[in-house]
Amino acid sequence: MSVPQQGQKRWSKIAGLAWRESRTARRRLLLYMSSISLGVAALVAIDSFASNVQQSIRAQARDLMGGDVSFSSNAKLSAPLQSVLDSLNTHGMPVATVVSFISMASDTRSGGTRLAQIKAVTTGYPFYGNIVTAPEGQWARLQQGPYAIVDPALLIALDAKVGDSLAIGYVKFEIIGAVKSMAGQSDASLVMAPRVFLPDRYASETQLLGFGSRASYEWLVKLPPTITSTNFVKPLRPKFQNEHVRVVTVVQRETNIAESVQQLADFLGIVGLIALLLGGIGVASGVNAFVTRKIDTVAVLRCLGATSGQVLAIYVAQSAVMGFIGAAAGVLLGIAIQFALPVAIKNFLPLDVSVTIDWRAISMGLAIGVWVALVFALRPLLALRRVSPLQALRRDTAALDAERNKDVATHLVNIALIGSVLLLAFQRAGSLRRGAMFAAGIGGSMLVLWLSAAALSYVARRVVTPRWPYVIRQGVANLYRPANQTRSVVLALGFGAFLVSTLYLVQANLLKQFEVTAAQSKANLIFFDIQDDQRAGLDSILKSQGQRALGYTPIITMKVSAINGRTPAAWAASQGIPANNWALRREFRSTFRDTIVATEKITDGKWFGSAQLPDSLSELSLEESPASEMHVKVGDIITWDVQGVPVSTQITSLRSVNWGRFEPNFFAVLQPKALKDAPRTYATIAAVQSDSVIALLQRSSVARFPNISSMDLSLVRRTIGQIVAEVSVAVRFLALFSLAMGIPVLFSAVAATRRDRLREGVLLKTLGATSRQIARILLSEYALLGALGALTGMVLSFAGAWGLVHFIFGGTFAPALLPAAMIALAMMALAIAIGLLTGRDVFRETPMAALRES
Amino acid sequence: MLSARDLTKEYQSGTTRLAVLKLVSFDIPQGSFVSIVGPSGSGKTTLLGLLAGLDTPSGGSVTLDGTDLTRLTEDERALVRGEKVGFIFQTFQLIPTLTAMENVQVPLELRGESGSAERAHSLLTRVGLADRMDHFPTQLSGGEQQRVAIARAFSNSPRILFADEPTGNLDGDTGARIVELLEELNRESGSTIIIVTHDITLAQRAGRMIRLKDGVVVEDVSKPAA
Ligand SMILES: Nc1ncnc2c1ncn2[C@@H]1O[C@H](COP(=O)(O)OP(=O)(O)OP(=O)(O)O)[C@@H](O)[C@H]1O
Ligand SMILES: [Mg+2]
Repeated sequence: MSVPQQGQKRWSKIAGLAWRESRTARRRLLLYMSSISLGVAALVAIDSFASNVQQSIRAQARDLMGGDVSFSSNAKLSAPLQSVLDSLNTHGMPVATVVSFISMASDTRSGGTRLAQIKAVTTGYPFYGNIVTAPEGQWARLQQGPYAIVDPALLIALDAKVGDSLAIGYVKFEIIGAVKSMAGQSDASLVMAPRVFLPDRYASETQLLGFGSRASYEWLVKLPPTITSTNFVKPLRPKFQNEHVRVVTVVQRETNIAESVQQLADFLGIVGLIALLLGGIGVASGVNAFVTRKIDTVAVLRCLGATSGQVLAIYVAQSAVMGFIGAAAGVLLGIAIQFALPVAIKNFLPLDVSVTIDWRAISMGLAIGVWVALVFALRPLLALRRVSPLQALRRDTAALDAERNKDVATHLVNIALIGSVLLLAFQRAGSLRRGAMFAAGIGGSMLVLWLSAAALSYVARRVVTPRWPYVIRQGVANLYRPANQTRSVVLALGFGAFLVSTLYLVQANLLKQFEVTAAQSKANLIFFDIQDDQRAGLDSILKSQGQRALGYTPIITMKVSAINGRTPAAWAASQGIPANNWALRREFRSTFRDTIVATEKITDGKWFGSAQLPDSLSELSLEESPASEMHVKVGDIITWDVQGVPVSTQITSLRSVNWGRFEPNFFAVLQPKALKDAPRTYATIAAVQSDSVIALLQRSSVARFPNISSMDLSLVRRTIGQIVAEVSVAVRFLALFSLAMGIPVLFSAVAATRRDRLREGVLLKTLGATSRQIARILLSEYALLGALGALTGMVLSFAGAWGLVHFIFGGTFAPALLPAAMIALAMMALAIAIGLLTGRDVFRETPMAALRES
Repeated sequence: MLSARDLTKEYQSGTTRLAVLKLVSFDIPQGSFVSIVGPSGSGKTTLLGLLAGLDTPSGGSVTLDGTDLTRLTEDERALVRGEKVGFIFQTFQLIPTLTAMENVQVPLELRGESGSAERAHSLLTRVGLADRMDHFPTQLSGGEQQRVAIARAFSNSPRILFADEPTGNLDGDTGARIVELLEELNRESGSTIIIVTHDITLAQRAGRMIRLKDGVVVEDVSKPAA
């Protein structure tokens, strides 16, 4: 028999022995390694979901758009451009038109009245995507007469049914069907303004497309398969863009949607990273506990002739197997979440997501999970190499720590550990800068926690005096005694609290935008598109129901024609902002007034009246966001194109506006003198008590002035309230999920010393300690550990959340003290509960254990 | 006075009931030094556990100074132990995270008594460890650890002290010195001492020797008072 063969045989014998020996500990090791499961679950769910969304976008972009290329504008096309599109039609590239505008729609039978999005479409629309109607097949009939096909939400709102007659402007349409399914549009936006599809040729008869209307036009082109959309638009784009026509290809649309999903994906990506790291910490502390229990066994194995390398290999193999099982369980959970996710958030997704198993995400999750589990397990496992056969003769727990950090292998593992965290951070964060920031944040928090744990040990040693009751002194002293658990528990608990609380704070801050809109205001009925000569008539309608208009706000549409003497395009070029920037291109609906209103706040400069300007120049107060979009500041000159007439203004103040109250608010407010003679429409609001009066007022105003639109704001607020409620459920679920991530980590962290505390408790019992005394000893130790870990974690989480919100999501951070304190409290309670659980186990053991234990 | 009456202990192992102690009865007057001997598995440790109130019997009773231990709750028995009972174990059972001094103080601290430091100091000096007070158990030899355990056992001036093979982990000479120490402390303090041992020469130093076999007392001899 050759020597290597002999080695092989001995090797397999030792491995077999170790495996049999691990029989009882296997479940425990699996428990520790399964800390990784939730992290892997999050990873698999998020990556699979993201890839599902990507696929759906690719598959549905064409359906969503309805054509290969879309031209859109706020006005009809000029004759030359229109002739370009007309000529396409004759060259085998059909063009369909969609004219969209807002109008009141009222059912003549039920009398129901409601604001709707009117979409007047020509034959052929949509070129892609199937529209299913109820009753079936009605879409093909749409063009055959004055017919309308509506969203089901409108039928409900109007108390209407198929066959009713629907009044829109001055035309009555027969409702021939409801849209059962169609690509695009999330449910939430349809509730706010349900759609009505009409044949385009009746659009002008409604007489709603005249002055003051906000119609938008879209022309969809269907290309033959031989022409790509990108090549097709290349020669056309400059011509159309010169006349403010937006040109979008299906490829661009695809990227746009993908970007809008990006923020969600970004956030979820961070959740995955956090879950994974927490899992890693759980594994590390759990395996550490495992290792302290294995010292005796390893010492015996060493006596029987195992080398330290063999010992290490045996336990690494065990950990790898258990890590694989833990990660695999995570994968299964992740797949389950992946299937649940689209159902949970379908109201917020701009498209239908079809769920398919994504093998790349699954194998990625499994590989990363096993890797993280192993790397984090390796550090404590390395200590097993240092167990000498002598340990079999005299146990010395401190021996494990003695040589730590002093050999090459330990350094290598440390490097692998840090490298893995960095790699993960970079992979998840998407950019080097962000990855570095994550890694720095994580490293910094670890350091702070480590320092505060050290400080706790130090302070505990100083403050304990013999005057304290024994049990408290004993508990506090456990914080600094040899082989104490202060550092590991504070680190695990604190980091857990830090991550969970950060997660929560970031969510809360991202959701804040929604909460603002839920703000209340008394005015609940708004009328707009009122023409000058209709004001008196509307007043009398309101008066007949004992109501009154709360002032008329003039609305003037205008566009930016020059900034500081340069054309928008030249200005954009000089500022390095994209030429198609929305603020430079949009049609501003502005007003003029002398006073500032309650929903506004000046953030820079002064309100009208203090600046000395020449007669040719008027003062302008601009809202912050268009100002920052256009790169303009107080003192800059903006020249407006007010329906053909140039009006020069100087920015004398910047404002922030609370849009949440749904009162007429404006990006641009001008001095009255600038717009004295400009053509305008008006908006007004009223505060009406009862829902039935609101409905009655809407009905009578539509009957007399079909061009005036009105909206029941309480309905809007309710709808938004509903959305906020749904989102809060999602947030609460995520918060619970994160808290659930903390539990196994905490268990692992205390596992290392649990056995010591248990053994000690039983001995104390033999020596005459009562249950209360032992409970108090454990309580004072765990309460202090819990309080320090949780509070430090909470303080850190404010810094972390601020960093994330500020640098990554680009918002302003508002600390949510109460929820963060609740999370800290929950973590503390968890630590105390684990302490008490240990106490309970002490009482389960009879003191006989002290006699029998050897 | 410690009395055992018809003590019986049975263990359920699977479907069979295993009687480890069968109707054991005896009285031990205050201040005696008693040894319990018998072959391995004869029930010595089990008997000791019952006498000390660490465990409850399947039948019979244990009375210590008129208190029937078998009628007390777990916590009440803990209080009795803290008050009257001391322990010495074969494996020493010192708390590894406490120093020698702190280990000795534990029983007094648990009763909330002051002056524990002075008492621990004098006891450790008495067992010859004056210069080892601040050592942790892992820094002490087996014999030294057992002496710390003896000091701890006497710290609450117990009426009765139980020792389960206190010399089992020690060499012959060290074991003999430990038993000598116990004898001296027995004389000085008037505590009852009950010691389980395999070493027949050590056992014969006791004033009375109880021999167990298969859970039954087969011999109970007292040395004529010297
Ligand atoms: N928890 C238990 N369950 C079942 N049987 C038990 C249990 N504890 C002890 N025994 C059995 O009771 C018998 C007496 O055990 P005990 O420990 O009292 O013996 P001993 O005389 O102290 O032996 P040794 O000298 O080896 O220490 C043994 O046969 C043992 O197997
Ligand atoms: Mg025994």
